[in-house]
Amino acid sequence: MLKRMEFAGSFADGGGQVRGDRSGVARAAIGLLAVLLLTVMLFSLTAGASDASAWMVVKHWLFSAVSPEELSQRDRIIVLEIRLPRIILGALIGSALAVSGAVLQGLFRNPLADPGLVGVSAGASLGAVGTIVLGGTILAPVAALLNIYTLPIMAFLGSLLTTFLLYGIATRRGQTSVATMLLAGIAIAALAAALTGALIYMADDQQLRDLTFWSLGSLAGATWAKIGASGSIILLALAAAPFLARGLNGLSLGEASANHLGIPVQRLKNVAIVTVAAAVGASVAVSGGIGFVGIVVPHLLRLMIGPDHRYLLPASALLGATLLLLADVVSRTIVAPAELPIGIVTAAVGAPFFLWVLLRRRGILDL
Amino acid sequence: MDKGLHRLAGISMRAGRAALLFSMLAMAVSSATTTSALAEETTRIEDSSRLISIGGSLTEIVYALGEEKRLVARDSTSLYPPEAGKLPDVGYMRALSPEGVLSVNPSGILLLEGSGPREALDVLKKASVPMVVVPERFTGQGVLDKIHGVGKALGIQDKADKLAASVGADLAAAEKAASSVKERKRILFILSMQGDRIMASGKNTAANGIIELAGGVNAIDGYEGYKQLTDEAIGKAAPDVILMMDRGGNHAVSPEQIFGNPAFAGTPVARTKKLVRMDALYLLGFGPRTAKAAHDLSVALYGDAAEH
Repeated sequence: MLKRMEFAGSFADGGGQVRGDRSGVARAAIGLLAVLLLTVMLFSLTAGASDASAWMVVKHWLFSAVSPEELSQRDRIIVLEIRLPRIILGALIGSALAVSGAVLQGLFRNPLADPGLVGVSAGASLGAVGTIVLGGTILAPVAALLNIYTLPIMAFLGSLLTTFLLYGIATRRGQTSVATMLLAGIAIAALAAALTGALIYMADDQQLRDLTFWSLGSLAGATWAKIGASGSIILLALAAAPFLARGLNGLSLGEASANHLGIPVQRLKNVAIVTVAAAVGASVAVSGGIGFVGIVVPHLLRLMIGPDHRYLLPASALLGATLLLLADVVSRTIVAPAELPIGIVTAAVGAPFFLWVLLRRRGILDL
Repeated sequence: MDKGLHRLAGISMRAGRAALLFSMLAMAVSSATTTSALAEETTRIEDSSRLISIGGSLTEIVYALGEEKRLVARDSTSLYPPEAGKLPDVGYMRALSPEGVLSVNPSGILLLEGSGPREALDVLKKASVPMVVVPERFTGQGVLDKIHGVGKALGIQDKADKLAASVGADLAAAEKAASSVKERKRILFILSMQGDRIMASGKNTAANGIIELAGGVNAIDGYEGYKQLTDEAIGKAAPDVILMMDRGGNHAVSPEQIFGNPAFAGTPVARTKKLVRMDALYLLGFGPRTAKAAHDLSVALYGDAAEH
């Protein structure tokens, strides 16, 4: 089944049935995934450390059928101020990470590509670590101005800056070299890691614990304000994704062939990189490091519905959101009333899966 | 081809600037509310029948006051007395989850300074759970302030005064003993040793506080917090005594391992081989047991003579 991945199964558009066409399966899968996502969202709304009844809140909210006496203020806060923003943010971030992974894998024509390759993660950590360590000293004026939003804003700026730097290095005479970008990405990530390391050295023990928690990722800080800021960026980026689908399908034949097909390859790269940087930057900024969603989700879907990006991208958004929400339910209930960082959950599930994919690929290469 | 990107970059930059401006405005409004929320002085919690204690030293104080029946949950740093470990754990004090905290249905929360994150506290405030933030200082007075703060929050000042008086007397005795020490020993507190790499405590740490209370001198004064030391810095620190946390079992670093480290060659401690180990929370908690910990440390450093 995986062999088909190397060929764009059905990018020959319209017309009659092409052999290996899985667009019917894909459409059905997208429908199913949408239903699944809605179900998981409702389930998440009812699951949590407390026994707050989401149903009561929804009834009160929609139909005013519940009298205020029946509904405690505490339950309302738990459902509307804690769980609901968290679910919406989780769904947005899960979609952003999965779609970004799918776009980058298409762009680099490398199934193991993830947002780390374009410097997003390294830049975001540098911004976040800088804020945690220097927030009380050098960056104190900035921190005073931006208050609790200092860290997400700095992480977002850090991710954008590194991506644009990398992009500038890899682009000569209007042509972006994917190979240069990959190699320069390693160098930039190492440089950012060195700066981050220097900051970690300066950190005191409390800051070190904050750093650890940030790097493990969490949706715990979800607020409506954060959804407004990072959610709008993520939505814009997700809205751009469908326009990339046809181009990415063409690109799977190689850059030269894609050019011959009339695909504006350079513009495709521009838009894809900006989209990914914005989506992942905005995600990492509010949630910290959440690994493996970007790699696991597109892979799983390629196995199921084939590599056609017209279906792969929306399906990735749906499945990414679903899986991250499920991981978050685990993270907030498994050690209740405490909380397990979600990065631990996604990595614990994602890493073995990733290994399995690697081994299967090896098996295919060895055949 | 690049035009598209330039246009996009232009648009995103403008959008970014607008977003930044907007968020700054929003911040200006919200910062006023959040800081005042945290600056709240230690006051009384109206209904203190179902409390969560966040911070090991605060939990210890509640137990020392004999008010543990009021506790419904604790944070993961609250490990003493051992009974406290049986309470539900709402997580690490700086990474609290608001729903987890609300799920034990608290009537009030005691928080040690530094608890968070801020978002969690904001939501808890919205849910109108009374919160009292108790300041953290690594001095004898800091311990007494904590006791008074907890007493006030629970509405049992009399009991707190009594506890503070007895802890205060012990602290005063420890301080007197410390001031009578003629030759202060230089103490190197080693937080951890990974191979030959040594993490030691500088200024502004609990370790520094307890060393001073016990009449010692922190051998490291060049930095704040806990950092890894170079071999030369260890030579320059010239410690007389090494102080470590007692982890027990197989986790403990053996004396051979420590004194076998060439970095210590030529320092006074290489001759005396004086190594003091104490329980982490006892030594560094800055709670009601701190006076005794300072005394124990002082005895370990100078012998029983320091007692008189």
